[in-house]
Amino acid sequence: MIQAAITSIGLQLLHFMVALASAPLLVGSTRFAKSRLQGRRGASPIQPYRDLLRLMRKETVLAHDASWIFRITPYLVFALMAAAAGMVPMFALDLPLASIGDLIAIVALLATARFFQALAGLDIGTAFGGMGASRDALIGSLAEPAVLMVAFAVALVAGTTALPAIVRFVLSGGVGVEVSLALALIALVIVAIAENGRIPVDNPATHLELTMVHEAMVLEYSGRDLALIEAAQMLKLLVFVSLIASLFAPWGLAVAADGFDFAELLGGMAVFVLHLLAAALLIAVFEVSVAKMRVFRVVEFLGAAFILAVLAVVFRFVTDVS
Amino acid sequence: MLTLTLLGLLFLLILGIAAPFLRPERLALRAVHGGVGGFALAFGIAASVRVVAGGEVTELELPLGLPWMGAHFRLDDLAAFFMAAINLATAMVMVFADGYAARQPEPARALAPLPVFLAACNLVLLANDAFVFVLAWELMSIASWLLVLANHRDGACRHAAYVYLVMASLSVLLLLLAFGALAGAGGDYRFAALREATERPALATLAVVLAMLGAGSKAGLAPLHVWLPLAHPAAPSHVSALLSGVMVKVAIYGLTRFLFDLAGAPSWWWGVALIVVGASSALLGILYALMQRDLKRLLAYSTIENVGIIAFALGLSLSFRANELFDLSALALAAALAHVLNHAFFKSLLFCGAGVILEATRLRDIEHMGGLVRRMPYTSLFMLMGALAAAGLPPLNGFVSKWLVFQSVFASSSLTDNLPRLVVPLMGAVLALAAALSAAGFVRAFGLTFLGRPRSEAAAKAVEPGGAMPTGLALLAGICLLLGVVPVLGLALAESAAHGVIGVALPVGAVGGIFLAPLGTGGAAYAGLLVFLVVLGLALGTRALLGRLWPERRRRAAAWDCGFPDPSPATQYTASGFSQPLRRVFATSVFRARETVDMPPPGDERPARLEVRLVDPAWDWGVEPLRRAVEAVTLGLNALQFLSIRRYLSLMFGALVVLLLVVAAQQ
Repeated sequence: MIQAAITSIGLQLLHFMVALASAPLLVGSTRFAKSRLQGRRGASPIQPYRDLLRLMRKETVLAHDASWIFRITPYLVFALMAAAAGMVPMFALDLPLASIGDLIAIVALLATARFFQALAGLDIGTAFGGMGASRDALIGSLAEPAVLMVAFAVALVAGTTALPAIVRFVLSGGVGVEVSLALALIALVIVAIAENGRIPVDNPATHLELTMVHEAMVLEYSGRDLALIEAAQMLKLLVFVSLIASLFAPWGLAVAADGFDFAELLGGMAVFVLHLLAAALLIAVFEVSVAKMRVFRVVEFLGAAFILAVLAVVFRFVTDVS
Repeated sequence: MLTLTLLGLLFLLILGIAAPFLRPERLALRAVHGGVGGFALAFGIAASVRVVAGGEVTELELPLGLPWMGAHFRLDDLAAFFMAAINLATAMVMVFADGYAARQPEPARALAPLPVFLAACNLVLLANDAFVFVLAWELMSIASWLLVLANHRDGACRHAAYVYLVMASLSVLLLLLAFGALAGAGGDYRFAALREATERPALATLAVVLAMLGAGSKAGLAPLHVWLPLAHPAAPSHVSALLSGVMVKVAIYGLTRFLFDLAGAPSWWWGVALIVVGASSALLGILYALMQRDLKRLLAYSTIENVGIIAFALGLSLSFRANELFDLSALALAAALAHVLNHAFFKSLLFCGAGVILEATRLRDIEHMGGLVRRMPYTSLFMLMGALAAAGLPPLNGFVSKWLVFQSVFASSSLTDNLPRLVVPLMGAVLALAAALSAAGFVRAFGLTFLGRPRSEAAAKAVEPGGAMPTGLALLAGICLLLGVVPVLGLALAESAAHGVIGVALPVGAVGGIFLAPLGTGGAAYAGLLVFLVVLGLALGTRALLGRLWPERRRRAAAWDCGFPDPSPATQYTASGFSQPLRRVFATSVFRARETVDMPPPGDERPARLEVRLVDPAWDWGVEPLRRAVEAVTLGLNALQFLSIRRYLSLMFGALVVLLLVVAAQQ
């Protein structure tokens, strides 16, 4: 009993460490792959670690008008993302934290982070902060229902919204190739692109003010606060990549409930690294092959995700004559 | 307990009558708010104990009212649950009112109707025959109408009260007809008799439609919601809190009582109708809230959204019940009731907070606010909690009930009727959209009000009031957090009431301990306390760890703003600007939002203007044609007023003949 508790806490801590350690690597390798595809040499994949470290050590410059909301937001957003990352399986299933909330709760944690991020954007009272918050509200209000509908479709297949139970169901081979799941996958990928501010919705590398969404919201942050927000953003990408991987391709995850097998754990890690590299490559290929959209075209892009997710649910309802 | 409660209600009525004669005014305010708050607290605690302990159903017949019928009262689980919800919220609003009302221009005007209002609300819940029910309902409407009229010197307020009175009369008329149709020709209006009534299906259908319209219009369901955003904000803020937090809940009680108890076994279409109406109210309500500039109107529209969510869950519960899936029906009903409880608290909190802002700045237009977080730190903290709850985000209580509603939506694949199977996922998608939009709406409401730089002199000089007002807010915010972090408290109440109505308990372990697992252990679970502690722990831990690794250096400087900070607060984003993308995407078709830009040519010194027009389709296509029809009919009938006596006599004779013919034809 006690040993099981220690093992599961140890697993959770290991999971946190792996998540924190690999999130910058995911972003770094995406950037690296992208620059190679564009014919540039690009910075090394470990550059994000250096950036974070540099920002952590720097002095924080706060605007005169910054209130307590602006100051707590970096810590809160980081904590919310870390909590979400702690609930999504990456290399092992049956994390103790996964039982405190289901898929809807994970979506809600991300939504709370967005809420505070947007408030911080409005806090200083600059035009750019407000613009970022306003556009982010638009993106969020289309992306969140799409995720909820994806959760609905998946829950219809697996019979629950508890993430470990869904993954277990997929692993058990209880699910074949299904139209509704394919639609849900496409919808979730679109949402992941939008939520993480990737091209074509937003450009994480932009320095042209009028095209920024996320960068405009966090424009006033500097030093340690900025580092935390960047880290949270990296964690968010990791959360979405692991979510997609664990819902649609969970094979190779270490199943901790049947005992703590070291070899299995290593296998899970290997698969996780493979997932990350595949995601980095796919994002990079996608980003070099499309152009950024106008803000109002994003609505159609995300609207498509929403409709696809609703279709996934309806298909499931129509085909399922139990 | 029933007898004691009725005695308490009698005291409240006496307090209402005595209130205008109490002198001095300060004492009268204390006495009324203290009295109402004290009684509400007692009722609320007694009722919650009654729900959780699961007491017997008690009935009482008094020789009042109609001589051949008497007045019947009954206290069961459902009534006790609503009593708990509305009275506990009222008690806390009264703490706020003790500080707030004295600062109003004519506080005494809202005094006498206040105890009467609370008594009438409770009486509706306790009624056990149609006569007492409708009488109490009407008393509640009139008392609240007087409360709305408290600022009677304001023309807009008088107009709002007038519209409200008309809609309230319409609602009571429809309910009267509904009871009539249900009781049929027998005319036994005791609820016990109505339950047994086996009328022709056509009449029963008519009764259900009428009851949905009557109670729905009082609750603020689209498309009969037009009065709500006028009347709720027009009243003083503590009254707005009572109208949105309490009275709307009594209307939902009426709907629940009629559909789940009196009208018998549900047909498949009841649920579908409520699901569609509920989901569209939720979406319309929150979209309209997103476009509002007036803080209190924004909150009133958000009430429409939440009532929509509740109606949706009620409809889902009815659909499950019609398919004999009683455990899922109990789950959906518990979700609806949990949202009733949660909304009562967080909407009261938000309206009271809006009252504090109104007191401190005299402003209602959020375009002129901003920067209040620095002037009013406590109010901003409590309002932030209210905004998080209204946006349905953890760890506040709004998330818990929305989560439960989504859980019951996700369980809907076991429905067997074909139409609900198609409607539920589609309307569930609409509800998900509304939930996401509510987060955007409350980012806007909170952000533009409290954050940024002050957009007007009044906002820059706001002073946070002390005393009872912040205490009331703190109490309400504390309850919202408590119900969010320890959701078992609220759900235990809702579950017992749902159990009483449906007759089936939720699975074992659904509401035990810190884990909320509505579909039984092993299914989806939510542990509010753990989520709260984990996030808090991670945030504080990160801060401590980073502080130890690299001592923090912090400096204040001018804002960066890409190198060109503009000192004028007018360069900030505005509320209308914030919602412009959402307006272009969602409101162009629904509200026919139109923007007209007036850009003067160079050399012309007129300021450029951008004007936005929105219409509420319910006004243009619902109320306005109805108003014109009524006007046309009454003008037409006006001709009858100026006839000669000969014509009147012949008309009467004609009417008599027609009636005799009808009677003859019937036999």
